[in-house]
Amino acid sequence: MTDTHVAAPRKTAGAPEPDAPRNQALARAALLLLRGRTLVVLVILILIFSAISSEYLTQSNLILMTKHVAINAILAIGVTFVILTGGIDLSVGSIAGLASMVAGGLLFKGLNMPGGTVFFSVAVVIVLGIAVGALVGALNGVLITRFKVAPFIATLGMLYVARGLAQLHSNGGTYPDLAGSAARGNEGFHFIGVDSLLGIPVAVWIMVLVAVAAIVVTTKTPFGRRIFAVGGNERAAVLSGIRVNRVKIAVYVISGACAALAGLLLTSELGAAYPDTATTYELNAIAAAVLGGTALAGGRGTIIGTVMGAFVIGFLSDGLVLVGVSTFWQSVVKGAVIVFAVITEQAQQRLQSGLTKRTA
Amino acid sequence: MSFLEARGVSKNYGGVRALKDVTFTAYRGKVNVLVGENGAGKSTLMKILSGSEQPSSGEIVLDGEPVVLGSPRAAQALGIGIIHQELSLFPNLSIAENMFAGRELRRAGRFVDAAAQKRRTREVLGRLGQDRLDPDTLVGDLPIGQQQLVEIGRALLEDVRVLIMDEPTSALSNHEVDVLFEVMADLRSQDVTVIYISHKLDEFRRIGDWVTVFRDGALVAHESMDKTDTGWIVRQMVGRDPDSLYVRNSSPVGEILLDVRGLRVPGTVRVDDVSLTVRAGEVVGIYGLMGAGRTELMETLMGMRKAAAGEVKIKGRLEGYGTVQARMAAGLALVPEDRQRDGLVQTMSVRDNILLATVARFTRAGLLSGGAEQRTAEAKVRELAIRMPGLAATVTALSGGNQQKVVLARALLTEPVVLLLDEPTRGIDVGAKAQIAALMAELAARGFGVLFISSELAEVIAMADRVLVMARGRITAEFTAQNVTEEALVTASASDSVLEATP
Repeated sequence: MTDTHVAAPRKTAGAPEPDAPRNQALARAALLLLRGRTLVVLVILILIFSAISSEYLTQSNLILMTKHVAINAILAIGVTFVILTGGIDLSVGSIAGLASMVAGGLLFKGLNMPGGTVFFSVAVVIVLGIAVGALVGALNGVLITRFKVAPFIATLGMLYVARGLAQLHSNGGTYPDLAGSAARGNEGFHFIGVDSLLGIPVAVWIMVLVAVAAIVVTTKTPFGRRIFAVGGNERAAVLSGIRVNRVKIAVYVISGACAALAGLLLTSELGAAYPDTATTYELNAIAAAVLGGTALAGGRGTIIGTVMGAFVIGFLSDGLVLVGVSTFWQSVVKGAVIVFAVITEQAQQRLQSGLTKRTA
Repeated sequence: MSFLEARGVSKNYGGVRALKDVTFTAYRGKVNVLVGENGAGKSTLMKILSGSEQPSSGEIVLDGEPVVLGSPRAAQALGIGIIHQELSLFPNLSIAENMFAGRELRRAGRFVDAAAQKRRTREVLGRLGQDRLDPDTLVGDLPIGQQQLVEIGRALLEDVRVLIMDEPTSALSNHEVDVLFEVMADLRSQDVTVIYISHKLDEFRRIGDWVTVFRDGALVAHESMDKTDTGWIVRQMVGRDPDSLYVRNSSPVGEILLDVRGLRVPGTVRVDDVSLTVRAGEVVGIYGLMGAGRTELMETLMGMRKAAAGEVKIKGRLEGYGTVQARMAAGLALVPEDRQRDGLVQTMSVRDNILLATVARFTRAGLLSGGAEQRTAEAKVRELAIRMPGLAATVTALSGGNQQKVVLARALLTEPVVLLLDEPTRGIDVGAKAQIAALMAELAARGFGVLFISSELAEVIAMADRVLVMARGRITAEFTAQNVTEEALVTASASDSVLEATP
């Protein structure tokens, strides 16, 4: 068939204004800067803090800060999956706490079975801990899809329930010693949170693994494409044959599993499991995702952006501590940075749609 | 007598000239019709005349006086009102609250006078033939046609001297259009200057006094309506002969591809005991008023709604699961009525939208193969002649007709045997309509079955081999291309309009 569309291309409609190309180039440059703004902010932060404190840019401090970043980054990656579908997960901090207590309990006092107390190897404990997180995430997903509870409410409820379960697990107490023993065959839990490989903490390696896996899933798989479709327009996704409920449950499972993994890293680092582990960490995680350009409305965002967001939050907090800013001011600065990030995100969207319209 | 005039008006957006030296005249006490394809410049001119855009050059003359319309508020103050194509209502507020939004009637200078608002709302609704509508009803609970009437009512509340209507009938049933035209005739007799933008040739010829045609940002013709005919108008709009507008399907008819028996869907808009067949190579149209259950029928066939009874056979095999996935696998694909709401993922690129339903096919070892995706999308873009800045552009950068083709491309990629199209030409311009019509005929020639919904008589008559008429959820009549007439369709569809069906 022939192209019978008759409207002439608009570009030929008149002579372009002389300064149009330069404006366009400026707009493109500004857009590039806005797209990479998380990186820009990070570089600026590093420059400022290293100017104030000579300790900031040392290898040991960078490694330490990155290790702090790792835990929030893993939480934030999980939350990003949920936010991309247009949902929200407020329960990740509590899930981390619950996973911490489950794993801590298994290592410290074992599992009471009819035949006596059983101890599992560290690998099995880690798998079980992550499974608990995935299970709680699945419960979130079922509440949201089958029972039509709004994600904010469902996961707010789970924030309390999971935290309560964590406290019930030890009756509020701490499992103080997770070193295990050779006799029980459960030594080595410190590996994931304390040890290093090739000079870099294992926790950082794990963050890298999780991030790479998440990037592949979101950008290179049909499932990833469906996540963006569900968040971009749920009705269109349904009509395209996407099983929307399955996608939604899956992202809460991923979020729960990531949260549990972060909880285990934190527990390993501390060498003890206590029920308040990772309290309010959900807020840092959501902040990292938003800072990295993930739209809370869903359908827009990247894993790499989230990781960068986690770096900004982590490097900012540690930098403020290093130069001796009071914790109260740290809070103020962090909040301002998050709001500023959202403002620039909107500027980017405006500029972007302006440019595509002009070239259309 | 000229009342509102644009003299030598141009408008540039960046380097693009959307309006080129347009001199347009609207006459007092007349219905001045504006036609032209999408992007022809009519909406831009209306934005200038209603104060929401400023001209790059040229002047506006109102009642003999040059005026500056610096903002919509300034235009309103001069008595220029506009009804936009997109509804700007608050679905969470009642009809009365919507009517007075931003200009609430006050009591004691402070409190909203809800009783007076309701009284005035009732008057206006009465004028629009909607006396049975309760002013307390939430606008979100109204069918879209009645929402449109609320929007019109809002403009009528003010004393307007010029009323601009940008495609107000696109969502109205025939009965509602009649009511609107009565209101327009009423306004005309009160010396109000009406400027009426429309795509529907058969409609505006009934009401218009003057017709002005736009093409590519320029005014190409201005004529008294009774000196024109439909062919002349279409020729001015597209710059060619209208005979080529719709291509009739003439392919031989084959086996039955879709066989629906006794389909029932409960609900406020129901589907009641519908049976129909679509054969290979056949284009079947469903005509009916809004609320007749046409969209509900399509959505049920596609598995988006659950049927209470009835069976659906596709290529002779009963499809009993009734989920979107099962129906898609069996060979149905739906191009929905509301592209923005049900069709497009606005945050995604053109390419990702085209491939959305079939993305799992383009994988190697579980990972998406960018090359295969790109090739498939490019092939579809060529096949359907989709005009776009690029496959990576966001889909919202495309025109309505090209967005529709993106949704169509996605449906075709699922390799359907029967294609369901719900108002496929709604809201797109004449040129794009012709293309969509040609595509439907071509698909039939390739052995697809095509089942489409249309509210436009001329279109359904020109395009369908068989026309089914729906009213109140039932199929009330069936015609062939040989024996169908406009009168017969209207009679069969009008037995129960949407207004009676709404509680």
